[in-house]
Amino acid sequence: MTATFGPYGGRFVPETLVPALDELTAAWETARVDASFWAELDELGRTYAGRPTPLTPAPRFAPAKRLYLKREDLLHTGAHKLNNALGQAVLARRLGKGRVVAETGAGQHGVAAATVCARFGLECVVYMGAEDMRRQRPNVERMVLLGAEVRPVEFGTRTLKEATSEAIRDWIGSVETTHYLIGSCVGPAPYPELVRELQAVIGREAREQVLEVEGRLPDAVVACVGGGSNAIGMFAAFLADEDVALVGVEAAGAASLGSGRIAVLHGARSSVLADEDGQVADAHSISAGLDYPGVGPEHAWLRDSGRARYLSATDEDALAAFRRLASTEGLIPALEPAHALAVVDGLAAELVLVCLSGRGDKDLAEALRALGATTA
Amino acid sequence: MPKTLVVYLMSEPETPALAEIAVAAGADVVELGFPFSDPLADGPVIRRAAERALAKGMRTQACLECLARVRERVGDTPLVPMTYASLLEAYGWARFATDARERGATSLIIADLPVDEHPELRRVQLVAPTSTDERVALAARETDGWLYLVTVAGTTGARDTLSDALPVLAQRARRLAPGVPLYAGFGISTPEQARAAADLTDGVVVGSRALLAAEEGPEALRGLVASLRAALDA
Repeated sequence: MTATFGPYGGRFVPETLVPALDELTAAWETARVDASFWAELDELGRTYAGRPTPLTPAPRFAPAKRLYLKREDLLHTGAHKLNNALGQAVLARRLGKGRVVAETGAGQHGVAAATVCARFGLECVVYMGAEDMRRQRPNVERMVLLGAEVRPVEFGTRTLKEATSEAIRDWIGSVETTHYLIGSCVGPAPYPELVRELQAVIGREAREQVLEVEGRLPDAVVACVGGGSNAIGMFAAFLADEDVALVGVEAAGAASLGSGRIAVLHGARSSVLADEDGQVADAHSISAGLDYPGVGPEHAWLRDSGRARYLSATDEDALAAFRRLASTEGLIPALEPAHALAVVDGLAAELVLVCLSGRGDKDLAEALRALGATTA
Repeated sequence: MPKTLVVYLMSEPETPALAEIAVAAGADVVELGFPFSDPLADGPVIRRAAERALAKGMRTQACLECLARVRERVGDTPLVPMTYASLLEAYGWARFATDARERGATSLIIADLPVDEHPELRRVQLVAPTSTDERVALAARETDGWLYLVTVAGTTGARDTLSDALPVLAQRARRLAPGVPLYAGFGISTPEQARAAADLTDGVVVGSRALLAAEEGPEALRGLVASLRAALDA
């Protein structure tokens, strides 16, 4: 019944939520074959979000390669998160839900959720870990300006894991009037598939663009992986191109795929940083968006099947790539895609496509502080 | 028919003694929490209790030992571990069920395992005000002994008033689950709420309020359980 990715995925949620997930699944099954749904999203993409985003060559960053960056950092609100938020807002309206809850880590999804709620006139509550609110102050201010209520989560790790749990708890108590706008390809079915399809626009555009400038497909497609939504959106267009290597890059301190084990977190069975008893461990990353102990179930399946492989980058690797992209290309990346950039040199691939999933304004204070510490 | 009183306690070193007190004071069933790091169905009281228990090292093996110690002290009182899917995923689904029974469990409750997942695992099924008739009927067919009526769309924890969704849910469950005992839980904390809920069902589950009493000490727990018992027997 529930969509799964090999042994991963499923719906591990309290019974209260199952009817809402059934209702969402039905709305999504109708929408996905409804041309007017996609036409509305295309229109919003062009006139509101700034799609298509360009493909930018980065010759000074990687002189030994032909590197292209898919510029999701130029999307309205500064990250790929808006693709998913717009799609789910249209679905929420179809479901007749007037209130939206969301979780956020780096604040990028929270800003995207607050933005679409302002645009569609929906009430918006965003749960955010108190530690992340400190690290990502400008995004908190943006959400408030956009009319969202930001609720701090003061317990546990005070990061994305706890914010997600609190958003789900809110939804359990408000499910009849509220849509849960999850920010990544995680959570109970149908969310992982829904979010993939809403983010697949990244890969579709990038594939077409790289064919146009290079006349061939890339050797490797690279994206950072926290929950994994920009990566799955990028990979989706290349899954059938067997000669294209798919490379996901996790934060070394939050490598759910690299060093996780099977556990159940936030409604899905996946590869999770957990101990041998199934208790979920704390993740660590300088990048709030990657600081999550779980990962989308489809990534676990792509790992097991060998279709994608997953590397990791340390905080230091990411900071070095952050600085290098700024000084060589005039682009300040978010710390999340800086992890993807950090592995480019080491790939045995000439033509490389990286998803620059977000811009770095939100990270400036944290990154400059950390860079000062590492160079001092 | 006397009404059934289910009391929830978290697995901790002092729990066997507390369970004995609860049973002596009138609990008919003890629900024993096996703590999980990310308990989605639980409000702040049970979530904090789980954090504390984990900090004391109450992992699966220690919880199973706690279960065995409780069994030694409560005669043939039904004992039902209540936990989350991640613990079973790690321990092994069948192995967990077997080992829990060996140590004295009479059934299981898995808070984040809807009836459609792992149908082979015999357990007490939960139904909620949002459950469709079809799902209530399915849960009634699959359930192990009794059906857990979640009185509110919400997480565990005390509420000022008994949920107004319970009468409709209880009525639907009576119609769709003929002959299956119905126990109501979530948001039932006072003797008055227990009495009102029991008027509509066959029993009640008291969780967060019982944990708060247990934190105060054995006398507070004894007092709470006795007052609930008295209300149900009145």
